[in-house]
Amino acid sequence: MQYRRPSPRLWLARQTVLGLTSLVLLVILGVWGGLLWSAPGALAGVGAGLALAVTSWFVERGRYRSWGYLERDADLVVRRGLLFHRLTVVPFGRMQFVDVTAGPVDRLFDLATVQLHTAAAATDARIPGLRSADAAQLRDRLATLGEARASGL
Amino acid sequence: MPLAASQAPALSGTWCRLHPLSPVARIGITLGALLLAGVSLVSGAQTSSGRTAEALVVAAVAVLGMVASVVSWLVTRWRVVGDELQIDTGLVYRQSLRFPLRRVQAVDVVAPLTARILGLAEVRVISAGTGHRQHGRLAYLSNQDAAAVRAQLLALAHGLAAETPEPPALPLFRVDNGRLIAASLLRGAWLLVLVLVAVGAILAAVDPTGAGGAVRQGGADAATSLITGIVTGLFALGLDAARSVNGDFDFPIGQAPDGLRLHRGLLQKRHETIPYGRIQAVRLIQPLLWRPFGWARVELDVARQPEARRQGEARQLAHLLAPVATLDQARWLVGQVAPGAPATLARAGAPPRRAWFRAPLSYHYLSAWHDARWLVTQTGRVRPATVIVPLEKVQSIRLSSGPLLRALHLANLRIDTAGRRWVAAAPCRDADEARALVDQLGGLAWRARRLSW
Repeated sequence: MQYRRPSPRLWLARQTVLGLTSLVLLVILGVWGGLLWSAPGALAGVGAGLALAVTSWFVERGRYRSWGYLERDADLVVRRGLLFHRLTVVPFGRMQFVDVTAGPVDRLFDLATVQLHTAAAATDARIPGLRSADAAQLRDRLATLGEARASGL
Repeated sequence: MPLAASQAPALSGTWCRLHPLSPVARIGITLGALLLAGVSLVSGAQTSSGRTAEALVVAAVAVLGMVASVVSWLVTRWRVVGDELQIDTGLVYRQSLRFPLRRVQAVDVVAPLTARILGLAEVRVISAGTGHRQHGRLAYLSNQDAAAVRAQLLALAHGLAAETPEPPALPLFRVDNGRLIAASLLRGAWLLVLVLVAVGAILAAVDPTGAGGAVRQGGADAATSLITGIVTGLFALGLDAARSVNGDFDFPIGQAPDGLRLHRGLLQKRHETIPYGRIQAVRLIQPLLWRPFGWARVELDVARQPEARRQGEARQLAHLLAPVATLDQARWLVGQVAPGAPATLARAGAPPRRAWFRAPLSYHYLSAWHDARWLVTQTGRVRPATVIVPLEKVQSIRLSSGPLLRALHLANLRIDTAGRRWVAAAPCRDADEARALVDQLGGLAWRARRLSW
């Protein structure tokens, strides 16, 4: 069984956000360094900013790649985490409700996050970066499955 | 009693008010505190005009409080229709609360001191729903009515006719009051006090008496502040012990066909009924200082929302099955509420040896074991806790591992239930075993659910 992955658009969205923030960071660090120690300072500031940006890019890529979900007969498996691996299994019968959220950046890239809620507060089953249509489909499918297998507390 | 007659309609669908004395019971303690504060304020005032002003303020606050609680009583009404408890309340913000009794998790009767003096009690309906007013509170009814309402709500919760009388409870266990008092005094915080005393003694012993007066003065100052600290600590500890004795005094447990009956309290009486099948988890704890005596504590978890912090009683409402019992009794009790579940663990459920690197202190207490119906985990070094979860209650299963754990090829396993207070945790399992367990437990939980429905 193969884990399904978030849409590549999520990676695009993350990269865009990362690129914009790094640009701002680069400008700030460069100007700061320049004011402190003129030309070499500006260079050092930009260099530090670039190093930070590249590291974050690798971390973001790892995190993006770590996301995965799997619909099985009776449950949904969600895995995530680069440094700290997490795997959550939620039986369909235990789903209380499913919600789909989309922030401003998500909407720009036509993405949405599907979150599963059970009666346990600690359950953290979240699937980010699905295409809106896929997210709606998944939500409906989960809701139907949940209803079919629902059981009380 | 005219009131009993007037309460009967509420149970058959007519709107009714709460007991007319409820405003008094509700603000009784606050009023007392206010009067005390007022007396101290007034006697502390310097001039007679200041005295009158302060007395007036205190009186105004008292009258306002009284009026508010009377109004709240006036606008509150309740009834039971079909299998639903309905409460309408609020003057400015109207609230209409509906509690489907089939979803009720537990029904408690609580009688704080003032209410007890007046012969009143509060009925509390605990449901698993979300929202900030998730509990139906009928504060207050007369004692008889409270008992009648509780019996009826429980009958409805079990899908029986409302008139079904409350089934008699068989006494199951009674907590020994002497042991309770002793156990309440044996808190871990005593160790801290002991350490403080030891530090004080050492300070006094090495106090350089031969040195100058200034140094001696400094040592004396330190000793004084230390003694003050110790006294304050002792006082807080004593208060804590008194509260737990007050809360859990005279604690018989009964076993009725519709659930477990718990009665407890010295000044404040509390009657709880926990329907079978609503228990999300059972926990057995052995605090450090209790271990030499072989005592343990048994707690239950039912589905409920975390309550607002301002409700100080929330923690007291936690379902205690036995505040203190001998280990054998505790295990027997666990067996009663979780039939077939082992309260002792075989070392077979221990994590692999290399887990010692991750959890050197608690390694010898870590254990996890399961059969077709129950999952049992044990964690903790200072307070070893055994959590027993019926597999049919499992809400989700989580697996996590950080860099260190992964290097050791280990993983943490967590099992969530709808109970809000603890999760069953099986830390530091072998990674492959844990991964297999996730699927195995998922399948078993599914089967257990189907069997129980």
